[in-house]
Amino acid sequence: MSEDYRRFLRLNQLPHVWCPGCGNGMIVKSLLEAINELRLDQDRVVVVSGIGCSGRTPFVLDFNTMHTTHGRAIAFATGIKLANPELHVIVVMGDGDASAIGGNHFIHACRRNLDLTALVFNNGIYGLTGGQLAPTTPMGKRSTTSLGGSIEPAFDLVRLALGAGAAFVARTTSFDHKQCTSLIKRAISHHGFGVVDVLTSCPTYFGRMNDVAEPYDMVHYLRDTSAPAHDSACDHGPPPDTSLLPTGIFRDEERPDYAVLYRQKIAAATSERRAS
Amino acid sequence: MRPQRLVQGNEACAHAALYAGCNFYAGYPITPSSEVMEILAQEMPRRGRVFIQMEDEIASISAIIGAAWGGARVLTATSGPGFSLMQEGLGYAAITETPCVIVNCQRWGPSTGQPTKGAQGDVLQAIWGTHGDHPVIVLTASAVRDVFDMTVRAFNLAEEYRVPVVLLMDEMVAHMRENIDWPEPGEIPVFERRKPADPATFKPFGGDEFVPFGTGARFHVTGLAHGPEGFAVADENAARELKRMVGKIRDNVLKLTMVDRYRLDDATIALVAYGITSRPAQSAVDLLRDQGIKAGLLSLKTLWPFPDDAVREVARRVETIVVPELNLGQLVREIERSAAGMCGVIHVGRVDGHLLTPTQIAQGALQQEAVRA
Repeated sequence: MSEDYRRFLRLNQLPHVWCPGCGNGMIVKSLLEAINELRLDQDRVVVVSGIGCSGRTPFVLDFNTMHTTHGRAIAFATGIKLANPELHVIVVMGDGDASAIGGNHFIHACRRNLDLTALVFNNGIYGLTGGQLAPTTPMGKRSTTSLGGSIEPAFDLVRLALGAGAAFVARTTSFDHKQCTSLIKRAISHHGFGVVDVLTSCPTYFGRMNDVAEPYDMVHYLRDTSAPAHDSACDHGPPPDTSLLPTGIFRDEERPDYAVLYRQKIAAATSERRAS
Repeated sequence: MRPQRLVQGNEACAHAALYAGCNFYAGYPITPSSEVMEILAQEMPRRGRVFIQMEDEIASISAIIGAAWGGARVLTATSGPGFSLMQEGLGYAAITETPCVIVNCQRWGPSTGQPTKGAQGDVLQAIWGTHGDHPVIVLTASAVRDVFDMTVRAFNLAEEYRVPVVLLMDEMVAHMRENIDWPEPGEIPVFERRKPADPATFKPFGGDEFVPFGTGARFHVTGLAHGPEGFAVADENAARELKRMVGKIRDNVLKLTMVDRYRLDDATIALVAYGITSRPAQSAVDLLRDQGIKAGLLSLKTLWPFPDDAVREVARRVETIVVPELNLGQLVREIERSAAGMCGVIHVGRVDGHLLTPTQIAQGALQQEAVRA
C-alpha cells in the first residue's frame, strides 16, 4: 500500500503556496492516487489549471502542465485534447474560475462532451485574492465583500453541470478522502466530459470569516454540511433536496464523446471528398 | 497558363491557412470574417484536420493556444469586438511564446460600430492591445493574392519566431473578389517548426525550438513571468526574459519587415500606406504624376515591428509624406516618429465606412503642396 507518490511531484517546486489547513493538498493526493491506480502514462497526462489557489496545482506536479488565464482552463484544454486525443487532459479549476469568470466555458464544455476531466476545487470563496464573495459562497456567509452575509443564492455546481448536459457529474469533499479518490478515478475513466465538484476547506478566509477558523473545525464543517446521497459512491441518481449538500455520482452516462463524433465527421467528409 | 481563381479575400485567407499546414481552427462567428470560418468548417474535416466553433472569442483564442501546445498549427479569425475579447489570450500567447495566427478583418468604429463597413481602426490595438510589454508581429494585406501570401507568411513567422502573429485585414479586402494566380503546392515556402534533437532535455522557453505536450519532455507552461524551465521568476530574471521575448521582434526588424515601393526613386512627395488603402494610394501616385508632381508610394506590409529604416530612407529624400488611413490618425504617429522632422507628415483620413479614393488622396497631397507654396 505504501506507494511513493514523489515520482509525480516536482520536488524542486516545493513548498507549495497553500495555507496550513487548506484542503487542496488532499484533493491533489486523491488525484495522484487515481492517476496511479489507473496506471496512466505520466508523459501523456496533461494537467491544466486556471487562476487562483487551485491554479497553483500544476506547478508541483510532474506531468505536462499548463497554468492558463482566469476561467479559461477548459477552453485551453479543449484545444490540447482535440490536437492530441491520446493525451489524458485533467482540468483543475477553482469555484470562481469555473462558475464566475469561466461559467460560459464550463456550461459549453458540459454540453459539448469532449473527453476531459474537470475538477472544481470548491472552497466557496476567492482565496488567493483575499477572501471575496464567490458565486458558490452559501447565502448568509460572510466574505470581505459581503461582510453582513451574502444576499445572493449560491450556484450548485452539480445541478449546473447536470442542467448543462454533462455526461458524468459527481460531488465529493476533501474531507472524505476515499470517496474523493474513487470519484476522481471514475471521472477520469469516463469517456466524455466528467465533472467532480470537490468541496474543500479554506480556514484562512472562509473559515475566519465564518467562525470555523481552526483547520480542524473547517474539516468538520465540510463533514457536517454534506452527506452521501446514496449508499455507495458508485450509485447515481438526481441529487435529493436536503439542507445538506449531497455527495456521490449524480449522472454517469456513456455516449459518444465529441472526438468520436468528430472522427465520424472526418470519415464522412473524406469519403465525400474522394467520391467527388 | 497558371491556374487562376476568382476568390474573395476571406476565401484566400482560409485556403492559404490550409496551404500553410494549419490543422486546427477555433472561432466564433462575426461579421465580416465569418467566411474564413465557414470555409474551414467544410475544408478541415475533409483533410482530417480539426475545426471547432467555440462559445466566444476568448474561448477561441484559448483553444488555439492549447492546440498549439497539443502539437497543432493554429488559426482563429475575428473582427473588432472579437479582437478586443482576444487581447487576454494574445498576451498569454506572447508570454508563453506560442506560435499562433490571429486574423482580424477590421470593421468600423468602437463597440459594435458598423459591422459591414471596413476601417483601419485597430492598428494600434493590434500592436499594443494586450497589457504589458510583449512581442507581437502585425501584418497587413492590400489585395486578394496578397492575403494569400501574407497568411502563409503569418504562419511562417509565428512558427519561426514563436510569437502570435496578427494579420490585419479589413472588410474591404475580406469581401473583395479578384482573379488571382493560385499558388501550386510548394511554390510558397512553408516553415517547419524547429524541433530539439533531444526532447527529454528540452527547455520550453528561451530557445526557438518547440515541443508539444506528450512527447516525453514534461514541462510547465504559465502566463506568470517564468524562466527557461517555465517556472516563476522575479526581479532581474523577469526583466531578462521580457527583454529577450521583445528582443526577438525588436532585434530582427530588417528580417521581419516587408515594404513595396512604387515610383519612389525621384519622388518629392511620398504616400505611405498599408492594407487596402495602398490600392487607391497607388492610383493617386499616377494622378499626381499626370499633373507633373513627383509622387511615389511606400506600401507597408509589416506594421509591427515598424519598418523604421524604410520610412526614414524615404523621409530623408522627400519634402512631404502623406499618410492615407481609414481612421482618424493611427500609424501616422509611428511614421512621424520615424520621419523625425526630416520632412512634413500629413494625414488623410476617412471614417465614413468607405474607401479613400485616389482623387481624395491626391487632393490631400496637393493641399499640402499649396500650403507650403
